[in-house]
Amino acid sequence: MSQHVLLIEDEPNIAEAIRFILTRDGWTVSHVTDGSAALDRVRSDRPDLVILDHMLPGMSGLEILAALRADPETKALPVMMLTARGRDREMAERAGADCFMSKPFSNAEILAEVRSMMGR
Amino acid sequence: MPFKLLVVACLLYVAFLFAVAFIVERRAQAGRLGWLRSPLVYTLSLSIYSTAWTFYGAVGYAARSGLEFLTIYFGPTLVFVGWWWLLRKLVRIGRQYRVTSIADLISSRFGKSNTLGVIVTIIAVVATTPYIALQLQSVVLSFGVFASATPDGQAPLDAGQTAIWVAVGLAFFTILFGTRNLDAREQHHGIVTAIAVEAVVKLVALLAVGIFVVWGIAGGVGDVIARIDAADLSAWQVQPGRWAGLIFLSAAAVITLPRMFQVMVVENDDEGQLARASWAFPLYLMLMSLFIVPIAVVGLDQLPAGSNPDMFVLTLPLAEGQGGLAMLAFLGGFSSATSMVIVEAIALATMISNHVVIPLWLRLRPAAAADDLRSVVLMARRVAIAAVLALGYGYYQVSGGSAALAAIGLIAFLGVAQVLPALLGGLFWRGATRTGAILGLVTGFVVWAFTSFLPSFGPGAALSDAVFTQGLFGLAWLRPQALFGTDTMDPMIHALFWSMTLNVIAFCLGSLLTFPGPVERLQGAAFVNVFEGTVGPERWSKGQVDPEALLTMAQRILGEEAALSLFQTAARDQGKDSFLPDPTPAFLNQLEAQLSGTVGAATAHAMISQLVGRATVTVEDLMAVASESAQIMEYSAKLEAREAELTRTAGALREANEKLMQLSIQKDAFLSQISHELRTPMTSIRAFSEILTEGDLPPEMVVKYGRIIHEEAKRLTRLLDDLLDLSVLENGTVQLSLGLASLQQMLDTALIAARQTRPERSFIIHRDLPSEAIYLKTDADRLTQVFINLISNARKYCDASQPELRIAVRQRAGRVTVDFIDNGKGIPKDSQSLVFEKFARLTDANRAGGAGLGLAICREIMTNLGGSVAYLPGQGGAAFRVTVPLRLEKLAA
Repeated sequence: MSQHVLLIEDEPNIAEAIRFILTRDGWTVSHVTDGSAALDRVRSDRPDLVILDHMLPGMSGLEILAALRADPETKALPVMMLTARGRDREMAERAGADCFMSKPFSNAEILAEVRSMMGR
Repeated sequence: MPFKLLVVACLLYVAFLFAVAFIVERRAQAGRLGWLRSPLVYTLSLSIYSTAWTFYGAVGYAARSGLEFLTIYFGPTLVFVGWWWLLRKLVRIGRQYRVTSIADLISSRFGKSNTLGVIVTIIAVVATTPYIALQLQSVVLSFGVFASATPDGQAPLDAGQTAIWVAVGLAFFTILFGTRNLDAREQHHGIVTAIAVEAVVKLVALLAVGIFVVWGIAGGVGDVIARIDAADLSAWQVQPGRWAGLIFLSAAAVITLPRMFQVMVVENDDEGQLARASWAFPLYLMLMSLFIVPIAVVGLDQLPAGSNPDMFVLTLPLAEGQGGLAMLAFLGGFSSATSMVIVEAIALATMISNHVVIPLWLRLRPAAAADDLRSVVLMARRVAIAAVLALGYGYYQVSGGSAALAAIGLIAFLGVAQVLPALLGGLFWRGATRTGAILGLVTGFVVWAFTSFLPSFGPGAALSDAVFTQGLFGLAWLRPQALFGTDTMDPMIHALFWSMTLNVIAFCLGSLLTFPGPVERLQGAAFVNVFEGTVGPERWSKGQVDPEALLTMAQRILGEEAALSLFQTAARDQGKDSFLPDPTPAFLNQLEAQLSGTVGAATAHAMISQLVGRATVTVEDLMAVASESAQIMEYSAKLEAREAELTRTAGALREANEKLMQLSIQKDAFLSQISHELRTPMTSIRAFSEILTEGDLPPEMVVKYGRIIHEEAKRLTRLLDDLLDLSVLENGTVQLSLGLASLQQMLDTALIAARQTRPERSFIIHRDLPSEAIYLKTDADRLTQVFINLISNARKYCDASQPELRIAVRQRAGRVTVDFIDNGKGIPKDSQSLVFEKFARLTDANRAGGAGLGLAICREIMTNLGGSVAYLPGQGGAAFRVTVPLRLEKLAA
C-alpha cells in the first residue's frame, strides 16, 4: 500500500509541483491550503508524513507544528517544513520539525528527504 | 393712491431686502464682511426693539396716556448706558460659551439642564405670541388705512386674508434666510444687515412724518408747543408707580426678549460693538421718540374725532394729500413689523429645535448614528418658524385684533421678563441653583398667565366671569386682577408686582434650600467670574472613548467637512499626523463648545457624555472654584500652559517613537518579506522547469506547466517593477511628465483598468460627474495609477454583500480632494496608520494582488505630486482621501 503524504501549502503552483513529484514516485498525496483546517485533516486523514509550509493563512506553520507535537497521537508524526525565509530554520527545528527545506528546492532533494524520512 | 401700487411697493421693498440679505450672506461665506461687522450695523440691528408697536403705537399711546410712552424708551436706555455692568458680561459669556439663545444660556448656567431650556422656551413662545400677533395686526391696520382711503370701487380689504398673506410671506422669508445653513455660531449676517437697512428706513420715515407735521401742518416749533399746552393736561400727569413699573419692565424686556438676545448677544462679533451701541442705541431711540408728541397732538387736533390714534403716522399725511410721504411711513411701519417677526421667529425656532426637538429625537433614536442630524435640525427650525407665525396668526384671530397695540405689547414684555431673575441670579449669584431657577420661572410664568395673559382675552373668554369677580375656585384672594385683595392697583402694575415678587421669592428660596450639583457649581463659578477667567467650565476626564465614534457623532451635527477639519486641526495640535486626535480633556471641551454652538449646551453635553461617560469634576476643579487667589491661579495657568506644551511635545515624541519602533520591526521584516516574495515564484519555476527537463510528459501537461512557469516569471517581474518603482519614488529621482488632464477622464480610465480585479463581482459606483469636471495640472499617468490602486483595493477587500464605491470630488483653495468610500467593514483603527507601509497586507487570506506594495507606492506618488493620500476614518466603510494641488508647478530640482 502506498504511503500517504499530507501537503499543507497555500501556494497552488508549489503544491501542484510537489504533488506531481511525489505521486510520480508512488505516494498518495492529499492537499490542504488553509492553516486552520490543517489540524482536522491530520486527525481525519492520519497521514504517514506531513509537509508543512511556514507561512499559511489562518494559522502559521509553526503553530500547527506546536499543536501536532502537543497531541500524543501526532507527537511522533514525521514533519517536513518548507520555508521561503532565511532565518526560520532554527525556529522550525526548535519547534520539532524532523526535516527542513528552504524554497526554492530541487525536486531530487525533496524526493530524497521524503524517502529517507520514511525509511525507503 | 391706488392700493395696488402699495402692494407693488411692498413686494419691491421685500425683494430689495432679500437682495441685501443674499449679497451679505454671500460675502459672509467668502469671509469678506468688512464694514458689515461695524458697530453701526450692530446698533441699527438692535433697533428691532422698536417694532410696529413703537412705530405706530407710540403715537396712539401718547394720544391716550401722554408722556408715559417714554417709559418704553427709558428702560433700554438705562440698560445700555449701564452696559459695563450687565450687557458686557452677557455678551462675553455668550461668545465664550457659544450661547445660541437665552434658553441655552439659562440651561447652560444651571448645570446644562435641558428642563430649564424647555421651560424658558415655553415661556418665550407663549409670551411672544401676542407680540407677533401685534405685528400682524399693525400691518393689516395700515393696509386697511390705504384701502379705505381709496373709495374707487375696489372691494373692501378682508383683514383676515391680509393677515394670512402677511404671515405666510414672513414665514417664507424667514425660512429662506434664517435656515439656509447651520452656522457654527448661529449667526445670520444677511438678516442682520437687512434689519439694519430696515432700521434706517423706519427712522427716516418717522422723522419725515414728524418734520412734515411740525413744519408742514403746524406752523413750526412755536405753534406745536402752543398746541401741546392747549391739549388736555389731565392725561399728562406722571404716575410715579406706573412709570417706575414700566421703566423696569422695558429694561427687563430689552435683555430677555428672545429677538433682543439674538441680535445683542448671539449676533455680536466683538465687545467693541457694544461700547459704541451703549450711546448710539439710546440716541436712535431718542430720535424715534422725538416727534411722537407733536404727531399725536396735531393728529388729535386735525383729524375727525374717533380716528384711531395708532394710525396717525399714516392718516395725517394721507389727510393732507401727501401720498408719497404716507407710502414712506407705511414702509417704515412695515419694516418695523417684518424685522421684529423675522428675528423673533428665528430666535424661537432655534430654542424649539435645540431644547425640544433634538433632545426628543436623540431620545427616540439614540443609536441611529448614520442619520444626518443637521437636516433634522434645519427641518425642525423651518417647521418651528411656520408654527410660531401660525400661533401669532391664531392669537390675532382669537383676540379679534381689536385691543390697543400698547396693551398687548406690555403683556408680552411682562411674560419674557419672568426670565430675568434666573438670568441675573445666574450671572451674579453663585448660590443660585437649578431648582431655584425652575421654581422661580414656573411660579412667575403661572402668575403672569393668570393675572395678565389669560385676562387679556377678556372676561368670559379664557377665564370665566366668575373667576374675575369671585376668584379662582371661589377664593376671593385668587382674583386675577386683585391677588391677595390688592384691588386698588392698576392691572398692569398688579400683574408686574405679583409675578416678579413671587418669582424672585421662589427663585431665592429654592436656591437657598437646595445644593447645586458639581457641574452646576463649576458652571456657576465660570459664568459669575467670567472676567477673571480663573475658573474654566467643567472638564472632561480622559475617557475610554473611541475617537472615531466621536468623529461620527460630530459629523452628524457639524457636517462632514467641518468635523474632519476640526479633528484634523486638533490632531495636528497634539502633534499627530492623522484625522483622529487623542480624546484629551482639552479636545473634548473644544468639541463640546463647537457642538453647543449648533445644538445648544445641554444637548452637546448629553451627546458627548453618551460616548465618554459622565464628565468628572475633580477635587482640583472644586478647589479652583473655592479659592479665588489670583496669584495661585496665574501661576497654575502658566504651569498649565507649559504642561500643555510638554504634553504636546511628548505626544509627538511618543508617536514618532511608536512609528520608529514599528518601522524598525518592519525594516527587519522587510528583508525576510522580500526573500519570501521572491522565493515563492522561484520555487514553482525551479520545480516545473526541472520536471519539464526530465521529459516524457504528455503534451497537455507540458503546456500547462509551461504556462505556470510563464505566470510565475511575470509575477517576479511585477514584484521587481514595484520595488524599483518604490525606490525611485522614495529617492525623489522620479521624472514627472506634467500636463493638463481631466480628472473625470482619469477616473474613467482607472475604473476601467480596475475592473480586472475580481471581475466576477458586480460593483456599484456612485459618482457625481459635474463635480469631476476639473482640469488638473499634474502627472496624469501617476495619478491614475493611484486611483487604480485605490479602486482595485476596494474591489478586492470590500466585504459587503452588495459592494458599493462612492467617489466624491471637492475643490477648495487650490486643492482637489478625491474620496473613495466603500461600504465594507473598513479598516480597524490600529491598522489605519499601517496600511501605507510596505508589505502591510492586512490579511494573508487574499493573495489576488501584488505583494502589499500598492498603497506604499500610492503614498510615494502622492508625495511626489505635491499631495497626499490618507485613510479617512468614520465614513462607514473603508475610505481613502487623495488630495492633489490643482496646479502642480515643477519643483526646483
